[in-house]
Amino acid sequence: MIETPDTGREGAELHPPGASVSAAEVMAWFVREVLPLEVILTHFLRQNRKNKSDVEDLRQEVYLRVCEAANKGIPENTKPFVFTTARNLLIDRVRKEQIVPIEVVSDLDEMKITNDTIGPERTAIARDELRRLQAAIDSLPPRCREVVILGRVEGLTGQEIAARLGVTHQTVSEHLANGIKALAETLHGEQLTLRRKM
Amino acid sequence: MSAHTIDTAPNAAYVNDQAAHWIQRRDFWSWGEAEQASLDAWLAESLANRIAFFRLDAAWSRTERLAALRSGLRRAAIAQDGIAKATIVKTAAAIVVVGAMMLSGFAYFSRPLATIYTTAIGEHKTIALSDGSRIELNTNTELSVGADSNRRVATLIRGEAYFQIRHDARHTFEVIAGDHRVTDIGTKFLVRSDRGTLEVALFEGRAQFDAPDGRVQSPILLMPGDRLVVADNLIRTTAATPEILANELGWRRGMLIFENAPLSAVAEEFNRYNRHKVVVADDDVANVRITASFRTSGTEDFKQLAQAMLGLRVSQVNGDMVISR
Repeated sequence: MIETPDTGREGAELHPPGASVSAAEVMAWFVREVLPLEVILTHFLRQNRKNKSDVEDLRQEVYLRVCEAANKGIPENTKPFVFTTARNLLIDRVRKEQIVPIEVVSDLDEMKITNDTIGPERTAIARDELRRLQAAIDSLPPRCREVVILGRVEGLTGQEIAARLGVTHQTVSEHLANGIKALAETLHGEQLTLRRKM
Repeated sequence: MSAHTIDTAPNAAYVNDQAAHWIQRRDFWSWGEAEQASLDAWLAESLANRIAFFRLDAAWSRTERLAALRSGLRRAAIAQDGIAKATIVKTAAAIVVVGAMMLSGFAYFSRPLATIYTTAIGEHKTIALSDGSRIELNTNTELSVGADSNRRVATLIRGEAYFQIRHDARHTFEVIAGDHRVTDIGTKFLVRSDRGTLEVALFEGRAQFDAPDGRVQSPILLMPGDRLVVADNLIRTTAATPEILANELGWRRGMLIFENAPLSAVAEEFNRYNRHKVVVADDDVANVRITASFRTSGTEDFKQLAQAMLGLRVSQVNGDMVISR
């Protein structure tokens, strides 16, 4: 069903100890069902966390926990599973930190609402795939954008980009890696956006 | 069973950065078996590595579409003049009513010896012909390809195919679909035959459209951006923007792209690609319009969207997905 990148194949054969689902199946499930939830999940974590800087770490930990669990069997209902995991993680964090910020607790009580609602700023964005990609590219810092466009749109190799711009290979690599990260943030953040027209 | 604790998750930003570097190394620098082996080893190292890598790669692979967009725009700029002229001519002769003569086109052809290619539901296949031409078959399609000394003939028995034809003046390339024929004059074009409706969209070059039995009185010359639809013995041609045409080819990258489309049409498209069907239960739901993109296998994404954003109900009935108020 889903195209799994070739590069995952080797790792794909491996079954972690105690696992009954192959790593490839877990990753296919992750890309197909968990990643589309990233926009709501990030929103949820951000809402429930005073320290916005650790949202990326929290999200990674949610992904780790759900994938660990999926090794033993792909969950039937992905969305509630992901959000229950996220809630438990937040509670763990709050306990560990031994300071109980009132806001967090009260927000958790409203979990049901935040779980199912997507922020209004999301619903308002209307883009088809191409425009979305274009906007994501446009949002990159200028030098990074230039390198990504040369590589991805013009089809130049890293070597050719370095020669064209008169910069080192390492600089090109950095810009490309930063571009890849930034695009993932933008694109996963908008996966489910649409405009409703009646 | 060994307890697996994840209390000490590696720093997310660090892993993410490593994953991004692997992807750019793979895509932009020399890459051989040794590099692939190191990447595989890195992926096998931890779940965190795999998650970061597949998350980035899923987004990054979507940007492949940008290359298509850019070359499409460039082509459009060059072809603009031609399209503008063609549009005027086409509007003047926008509707051509075909004298009805229900004869099968097959009988009119001595068909050369042919090879048959098929795709299953949800499958996508590319055929490379020995002359350098390429044909991509979309889901649930059957096509036969044959050649004799002076022509190449592809017969679209059902489904949809995208043709990129290496032009050869001495061996014309013809696509037969039902009673009609498209003759290439150096072309990239799409042909879809679906329940009595035939659609031809031209992306590059020129092509000629007619019916082997002469029912189309004067052959229609197709220009880039032209879309021709034959339904109920009526031929309509309209000029489409490069963007709309690019959307129609979304399936080549496994995407379905909808611009202001009613849910009934969205369901119909999904059903071409998936065995489990999407059923829109009532008329007022069928008329809700959306602008969105999905993977061809993305019925789950569609379900999410219908529930979370359109506030619709989704239930499973015998494996099918029923959407209602």
